[in-house]
Amino acid sequence: MQHSPSPDVKAARTVDVDLGLALLRTMRRIRVFEEGVEALFLAGRVPGFLHLSIGQEAVAAGVCAALRRTDYIASTHRGHGHTLAKGSPMDRMTAELMARATGLCKGKGGSMHVADFSCGMLGANGVVAGGFGLVAGAALSQKILGKDGVAVCFFGDGATNRGPFHENLNLAAIWNLPAIFVLEANGYASTTSTRETTKLQDIATRANAYGMPYEIGDGFDAFAVYEATKRAVERARGGGGPTFLEFKCYRMRGHYVGDPERYRERDEVNARKSDDPIVRMEAVLSEHGVAKSTFEQIAREASEEFEAAVAFAEASPFPDPREALVGALTTDRDVPNDRGWDLAE
Amino acid sequence: MRTISFAEATLEAMREEMRRDETVFVMGEDIAKQGGIFGQFKGLPEEFGLQRVLDTPISEAALMGSGVGAALTGTRPVVDMHFADFITCSMDEVVNQAAKLRYMFGEQCSVPLVVRAPDGITKSAAAQHSQSLEAWFLHTPGLEVVIPSNPADAKGLLKSAIRSDNPTLYFEHKGLFATKGEVPDDDDYLVPIGKARVAREGDDVAIISYGIAANRALEAAKQLESDGISAHVVDLRSIAPMDYAAIADATARTHRMVIVHEAVRVGGAGAEIAAWVAQNCFDELDAPIVRLGAARVPMPFAPVLQEHVYPKAGEIADAARRLVRKQL
Repeated sequence: MQHSPSPDVKAARTVDVDLGLALLRTMRRIRVFEEGVEALFLAGRVPGFLHLSIGQEAVAAGVCAALRRTDYIASTHRGHGHTLAKGSPMDRMTAELMARATGLCKGKGGSMHVADFSCGMLGANGVVAGGFGLVAGAALSQKILGKDGVAVCFFGDGATNRGPFHENLNLAAIWNLPAIFVLEANGYASTTSTRETTKLQDIATRANAYGMPYEIGDGFDAFAVYEATKRAVERARGGGGPTFLEFKCYRMRGHYVGDPERYRERDEVNARKSDDPIVRMEAVLSEHGVAKSTFEQIAREASEEFEAAVAFAEASPFPDPREALVGALTTDRDVPNDRGWDLAE
Repeated sequence: MRTISFAEATLEAMREEMRRDETVFVMGEDIAKQGGIFGQFKGLPEEFGLQRVLDTPISEAALMGSGVGAALTGTRPVVDMHFADFITCSMDEVVNQAAKLRYMFGEQCSVPLVVRAPDGITKSAAAQHSQSLEAWFLHTPGLEVVIPSNPADAKGLLKSAIRSDNPTLYFEHKGLFATKGEVPDDDDYLVPIGKARVAREGDDVAIISYGIAANRALEAAKQLESDGISAHVVDLRSIAPMDYAAIADATARTHRMVIVHEAVRVGGAGAEIAAWVAQNCFDELDAPIVRLGAARVPMPFAPVLQEHVYPKAGEIADAARRLVRKQL
């Protein structure tokens, strides 16, 4: 089994400044988006539930930077970052969260079920471990169709204790599928600490059980995430089969917006603040001569993009209520969906 | 026309559709090397290779889940569940993924997946290998549910299911695989999903059914003939979509209705049909609607117990006779 620990950030290394800026831009866009929709949610302008990935942006940014637009990803209920990093437009995503007809899913999905097939984003998933099968299948279809696409499954600690995790990793391994399984080890399964639900320190070692190579990396270091993913993508595209990547990170916010977080002490959260992947990326880039004004400009552009996205969403209509009755089947529009009280019509 | 078995008819459908469209592939347990428990996949690996005919581990969640993922990304998978009972091991993948993704994602995608599920009572297979679970999926929006009763429909409906862009559950009764019938030798023989078949015309009582129970209804109709009762037998072929027009026509023609399926009667597809007729065809009814189905018990093992649980031709004929003679 291959297992190469990620390089220590503080160690001297060559840094690709352009790549760093691209990763920083993606992370900043995710951060601005999530802080923005959190405020909109608290103001009652976003219905449903919100699960924020603040603190985990380096994983989304680093992984997706190593992928092509046509490669596939399947995300989780905490999927805003993955969606934006894969290339989904912020305006149509905001419109989806604000339940508008112009949303990516026409207002039928919302935060927990956002998808964008135009950039290979096979959906956030309200079912923990719901993405494993989708990714195994997407990777399988690449093989059957003779394409060189790669499929990536994002998941959290909690998903690794569900059956589909085991079944699909085994399937991907025996069929040598071009799949990558990315564990965002953020320390929690909903509100329960991973320490209470999993005996292993490194869940990635479970890959041994499937005969699958794995790497464990620093999930706050977008460069490290990118490099590890790049190696896994090369292996997958070259016919070398699947890889398990575990990125150690931390969920800075509660399980959902409004979570009273009775299960952890504030000190624990405060102690992790210095790990913020954006702070760390800016520090590395500063050491390599990038001016503070560049970081300010990146933040400003992200804010402007989000403001424009909210304006777009607010200018968009809510869906026509009649749209609620169609869209499950391709034949829906031909067959009236009788609600029982439609007889008089 | 040739006479072939139900199993051969499904095999012919698979072969024709895999030749026609190279994105069609099939996977399941024991299908490539063994040819399927009913021989329904024999010879496919020789023609299409092991890349398109895949033996899987005993991993129903992965089988169904990867079927959904493959359907989302440019292929048309057919997954075989071995026994319909094992769909229970992949319910999230069917109900929360396959059925919902197209709607939930605003029609950005479709899920052209076929789930083949051999179901029903056979040879004392008992509680965990005898179920008919179609009503669960009638209740789940976003699925098509197809249930053939004879070899010709088995071929035509399977071909339509494979060409359908919707996730389709194809329930094939284990007791039908060896049955024979005339099947068109035509690569484009399609039976449209959602269109019922009038299996026999009659005026005194309508028997609405599908799958193997439709054959039992036809046997019952023969028995009724000797009593001077003319039964109208409708084979629905699919319950989602349901051919309500055919049900309404049968009601208007006979004014009496028996609904029969092998699945448990309580909460079965017959309940939906009866409720629909009561609400929409009330004035056409001369008698209460009668529903027949299995008793609400797990299927027992001993043949004498098994045969006591579900309606056969005799029970169907008795119910129709009492209905016509107003002996309810």
